[in-house]
Amino acid sequence: MEDILEILINDARTSADEIAKMTGKPVAAVKKQIKQYEQDGTIVHYKAIINPEMVEGNQNLVRALIQVSITPQKDVGFDHIAERIYNFAEVKSCYLVSGSYDLLLVVEGTSIQTVAEFVSSKLSPMENVRQTSTHFLLKKYKDDGRIFKVAQRQKRLNITY
Amino acid sequence: MQVAKAVEQIPPSGIRAFFDLVMGMKDVISLGVGEPDFVTPWNIREHAIYSLEHGYTTYTSNKGMPELRKDIVKFLKWRYDLEYDWDKEMLITVGASEAMDLVFRAILNPGEKVLVHEPCFVAYAPLVTLAGGVAVPVVTSADQGFKVTPKVLERAWTKGVKAMILNYPCNPTGTSYTRNELLAIAKFAKKHDLLVVSDEIYDELTYDFEHTPLATLPGMKARTVYLNGFSKAYAMTGFRLGWAAGPEHILAAMTKIHQYTIMCAPITSQMAGREAIRNGAKEVQAMKKEYDRRRHFIVTSLNEMGMDCHMPQGAFYAFPSIKGLKLGMSSMDFAKDLLEKEKVALVPGNAFGSQCADHIRISYASSYDNLHAAVVRMKHYLEHHRA
Repeated sequence: MEDILEILINDARTSADEIAKMTGKPVAAVKKQIKQYEQDGTIVHYKAIINPEMVEGNQNLVRALIQVSITPQKDVGFDHIAERIYNFAEVKSCYLVSGSYDLLLVVEGTSIQTVAEFVSSKLSPMENVRQTSTHFLLKKYKDDGRIFKVAQRQKRLNITY
Repeated sequence: MQVAKAVEQIPPSGIRAFFDLVMGMKDVISLGVGEPDFVTPWNIREHAIYSLEHGYTTYTSNKGMPELRKDIVKFLKWRYDLEYDWDKEMLITVGASEAMDLVFRAILNPGEKVLVHEPCFVAYAPLVTLAGGVAVPVVTSADQGFKVTPKVLERAWTKGVKAMILNYPCNPTGTSYTRNELLAIAKFAKKHDLLVVSDEIYDELTYDFEHTPLATLPGMKARTVYLNGFSKAYAMTGFRLGWAAGPEHILAAMTKIHQYTIMCAPITSQMAGREAIRNGAKEVQAMKKEYDRRRHFIVTSLNEMGMDCHMPQGAFYAFPSIKGLKLGMSSMDFAKDLLEKEKVALVPGNAFGSQCADHIRISYASSYDNLHAAVVRMKHYLEHHRA
């Protein structure tokens, strides 16, 4: 993968100045490239990864993985029904997958009840939805390559040859 | 009871007091660490755990597990087209440091001389001394990028020199050599019939060109003891696992000493080493890429601050001069002051050679956030203390 993208995936806060220093490219060229990535949709968005357990008032937030089996439609396949589903604000992620079901959703709500209600009143009644299976997340250990841990003690000695 | 003279004669590391100062201080950003900041890749750690679970807790062959020696030999053939006999020309040691100690004890008679380039890793000259030899310094200079060249070697050579050390990429300078530069050094070694102890522990961290092992050059395999290990490339410093490859009779002599002093390298480490050498290449490349970015960042930042810093070709150290800062102090005093006022730790150059009192070693084996914060602190220091 291109250097600039790799650096930004690792830390989106890295400034163009810093990227220029790290890669030996001119600052202007780095800025131009980033702008292009933003415009052509290669870079979709910049956001922080938060450990929800560490955020005050956030402890009640629940997430569920929902497996959805759907009947594909003529001409548009799964895309149309997927769009109807992922447009709900409760749906944080939506994937089309191979295997025994079709869509995998990550759904967020303020309580188990709100998620259950979303499933029963919005998702399941949809015409093309054949079956759903809801799995509430109990703990997040690792997300998108990042391990969720409270700061660890430094193990290396401060100075060595 | 007095301690042995040979030990007494080893100069006490003047830097020990400074190290103690750093160790005792809290919240220090340290750029003084000579080991990777990455944790050993999980597949390697997992294999070590697996080996414990399955009861691999015994001695191994003195020379090291045959499987590991075969794996390394196979790796060298694949990586560098370099061939060794796994049984007669390869020894697994407790870190490359042990291998270094063994070589000198294996080859030196009292008073025989070894060329040691400066600046260099702190252990070389003391190990020569402890083996009864005499270390002859080969002084390299900053304006030549601290390169060992036939010219500086000829200048240092005297009668009675039996061997020379070559460390590349070099700790502390990051200096490394192209094949052509190595050919010139090889020519010198052949001319004076020297054995070369080639410490290539940082070989995988060579950034601007391909690393060339000295033993791959024409006629050099027979006069090279090739030292390497797992510490730097695979971030396995704590496993203490290294190896030596070279001429059969020297390896046999080294093995003789090794079997009485060490017996064998720890089996858990050897098992981890097997996983590293078979399935570690991808992680090595990922770490190298990250070091390379930090290298560019830190060298550019140091030069911006007014420190004269050549671009190191390998390892994870920058070795700038502080002379241009016009602080009116030695690098030791600078290091102490910076530690006290800004809590940034680095290593004064005189730890690595008497000619390096104007230099500091900065390790970029530290997270990018740490490097960035350290640069901010150093800039702050210079704003307030530069004349």
